[in-house]
Amino acid sequence: MSVQLHAHERAFPIGSPVVEVHDISLNFGGVKALTKISFDVRDHEVRAIIGPNGAGKSSMLNVINGVYRPQEGSIVLRGERLAAMTPRRAAHMGIARTFQNIALFKGMTVLDNIMAGCNLRMHANFLEVAFRLPRALREAGESREAAEEIIEFLEIEHIRKTPVGRLPYGLQKRVELGRALAARPQVLLLDEPMAGMNIEEKQDMCRFILDVNDHYGTTVILIEHDMGVVMDISDRVVVLDYGKKIGDGTPDEVRANQDVIDAYLGVAH
Amino acid sequence: MAKPERQADTFPKLLLHHAATRGQQPAVREKRWGIWQTLTWRELADEVTAVAAGLSARGFQRGGHVALIGDNRPRFYAALCAAQWLGGVAVPLYQDAAAIELLQPIHDADITHIFAEDQEQVDKLLEILPQLPAVTTIVYDQDRGMRHYKQPQLVSYADLLEQGRALLAMRRDALDAEVNLGRGSDPAALFFTAGTTGQAKAVVLTHAALINRASTAATQDSLRDTDVAMAYLPPAWIGQHMFGYAQPMVVGFCICCPESPETMLADMREVGPTYFFAPPKVLEALLAQVSVRMEDAGRLKRGLYAHCMAVARRVGVPMLSGQPVPFTDRLAYRLGNLLMYGPLRDVLGMSRVRLAYTAGEAIGPDLLLYFRALGINLKQLYGATETGIFVCMQPDNEVKPDSVGRAIDGVELKFTPQRELLVRSPGLFTGYHRDVEATREAVDADGWFHTGDAGWLGDDGHLRIIDRLQDVGTLADGSLFAPKYLENKLKFFPFVKEAIAVGAGRDEVCMLISINAAAVGNWADRQNIAFSGYADLAGRTEVQALIADCIGKMNTELAREPTLASLQVHRFLLLHKDLDADDGELTRTGKLRRAVVGERYHALIEALFARRDSVRVDAEVRYEDGRVGTLSANLKICAAPTVAHATLQKAA
Repeated sequence: MSVQLHAHERAFPIGSPVVEVHDISLNFGGVKALTKISFDVRDHEVRAIIGPNGAGKSSMLNVINGVYRPQEGSIVLRGERLAAMTPRRAAHMGIARTFQNIALFKGMTVLDNIMAGCNLRMHANFLEVAFRLPRALREAGESREAAEEIIEFLEIEHIRKTPVGRLPYGLQKRVELGRALAARPQVLLLDEPMAGMNIEEKQDMCRFILDVNDHYGTTVILIEHDMGVVMDISDRVVVLDYGKKIGDGTPDEVRANQDVIDAYLGVAH
Repeated sequence: MAKPERQADTFPKLLLHHAATRGQQPAVREKRWGIWQTLTWRELADEVTAVAAGLSARGFQRGGHVALIGDNRPRFYAALCAAQWLGGVAVPLYQDAAAIELLQPIHDADITHIFAEDQEQVDKLLEILPQLPAVTTIVYDQDRGMRHYKQPQLVSYADLLEQGRALLAMRRDALDAEVNLGRGSDPAALFFTAGTTGQAKAVVLTHAALINRASTAATQDSLRDTDVAMAYLPPAWIGQHMFGYAQPMVVGFCICCPESPETMLADMREVGPTYFFAPPKVLEALLAQVSVRMEDAGRLKRGLYAHCMAVARRVGVPMLSGQPVPFTDRLAYRLGNLLMYGPLRDVLGMSRVRLAYTAGEAIGPDLLLYFRALGINLKQLYGATETGIFVCMQPDNEVKPDSVGRAIDGVELKFTPQRELLVRSPGLFTGYHRDVEATREAVDADGWFHTGDAGWLGDDGHLRIIDRLQDVGTLADGSLFAPKYLENKLKFFPFVKEAIAVGAGRDEVCMLISINAAAVGNWADRQNIAFSGYADLAGRTEVQALIADCIGKMNTELAREPTLASLQVHRFLLLHKDLDADDGELTRTGKLRRAVVGERYHALIEALFARRDSVRVDAEVRYEDGRVGTLSANLKICAAPTVAHATLQKAA
């Protein structure tokens, strides 16, 4: 895969940590999904979490996102210690995400799906919307404009009015990214954005992820199976295996890490 | 009515004339962010002036050449006019050409300044820039992804515009004076010929030639400033330039730029153009789309469609030509219009089309009549890049499928003994750029342009084109063989995308065919035929039988005409891939390059005539990014059902 990146100086240089994960442990009954995981994510970087099946990648994302509550450990967001994160709180704090299995409104058009993502930024109440009062109208116009900007950015003009359910998988993934972007997130969590795609679609998606990072300065945390893709687009990589962190560093460092090689090639435990 | 302005002998002068007389009317519309944005003539003129100021600040000289690479956008045309404002020559280039294909034209045309639409085009230009020392400025329109480009030649359109506006505040008079320095006899633009028969040549056309042709054609069809047209074909093609720039500039009507090629149909429906221009390829694609969707419809709808279209063909065609039609037929057509033709025109985005033209290549009669039957006034015209397009046009009520119309005002026609068409008109080019030799070959001492097309003038004054002179041949038995006639006939079947007939000097005719993957794929789905891709689909015996059936129908029709009976197609094979401009098999406007195809598929053609069962092909394919790969396949040679001329007569 030939995705050229970061060959130039960045418009948004990598800054101080925005998300810090300290000693997170997560159990489901007797199953230890995560054990004492710590890492940080710096402002404007592309950070990947990789690992074999069942390594706890999605669990990790769900913890950051507030879907799961860890038994131990804490998350620090922009220096603020958070004991109990909830999905809604995470969204308000500028964290948006996509899902491993696409979670769009299948019957709604691409445009409506993306506009739904603008919802958090709207303040008009039910009555204002129902009676089309000025604030509701203004906000509707603004969110349409924001949605159109994203549609242009992701090059999906031709399917603007198409119901999402009729689209091929690769495009649905792109729409999902669009909806996440509509919330203007500071941190974007992507759960296997390239799963099930062919090479061409993967290349497109890589380019969009890098464009988002470059154009909006969005910090990206992504989970991915495809090692090649991850190494190409990430600044730093965390490697999990059986719920434990076995590696952390730049793609080159991780590639040279013996534990990581063992985890991927398989070694008797 | 078209009122060509007497004093305005250049395009920038025409622009100023429109800005003064219809300043508030829309000049160009563009769909952006889902909404149609309008630029009035006044605004367009302001933008052109500012861009011209910016260009002159960047060292552009009178007589210089400006290349433009991009899709139809208001800014593209503003930049084009700005170049002409300063006495420059615009050189629009094909936006989907690979970097290496751009090198020669930019080099040959002595280009110094280039307008590129976006990062994709800039990347191509930067790749070849080391070989182009004369290029000093590359202006890019869309700044997406361009932040990290630091080359000194690069400047964004927005910056250029701003720089121009600032300059304008100080030196308005100097810029206005530039316009008045322009003369009609100045070269306005340079177009590269399609290159169906070899290397593309650069055709130089003056302001006077383009304006003369544009206004003559506009007068003949009474174009108005309230007309609306879509700008969607490659701007490097003279056809798009004529219908999307020259004619709007002369008449003052509005053009609309679709959001992207994929949204063209939907955008066209929203705009509702009144004046529509489409090469046969686009019309073929439209018809294939309708046919495929009809195949998917229920039995009732299919029956209704078949019935209505039969009525339309019988009644609609003469009605549109103003011929008398019995009252009951008229009533049946009215009903059909309510149920079928009206809604279909709407789906095609042609509800408001008052006037439609097709040109660029011969159109199959069935295709032409299909649209006319729907009540769309589709007509043919004939022209070439060298003649500023308009040579012959079909007047209303005189549309005949086999003719391309009468010579329009100012045009003289003549034929050589070999039937080659010669043209003399005020719209002729001044020559090929820096190629005196080629110019002398094409235009003789008396000013006749040798078109290279074989044709004849009927008693009705209508011109008929047979084919390219060098393609017309004879079969071994001496009967006339014009491949394009057969190919167009077969292409009316939605399953056939491209066909190449071979038969000159042989005792029978054979064909190479590329299938229309969308239409055949849809058909295969309904037959429960599983397939994995294009090559697989083309290799299916069921699909071969389907195409054999199409050819059989064509052969039956050919057999009815004694002179055509010997042209029946005996054998064919289905190609394993689409013909593609990237492989050099088609021109960038989608015309067949017969020589290239004949050479590349030489082995296949020989196998067809050797009556072998199958033939192996190892073809080189060129991907869009310029990489080269090979495709190999085993192609089956199939026999097509033919009809003996005598049997038909007996049956009748």
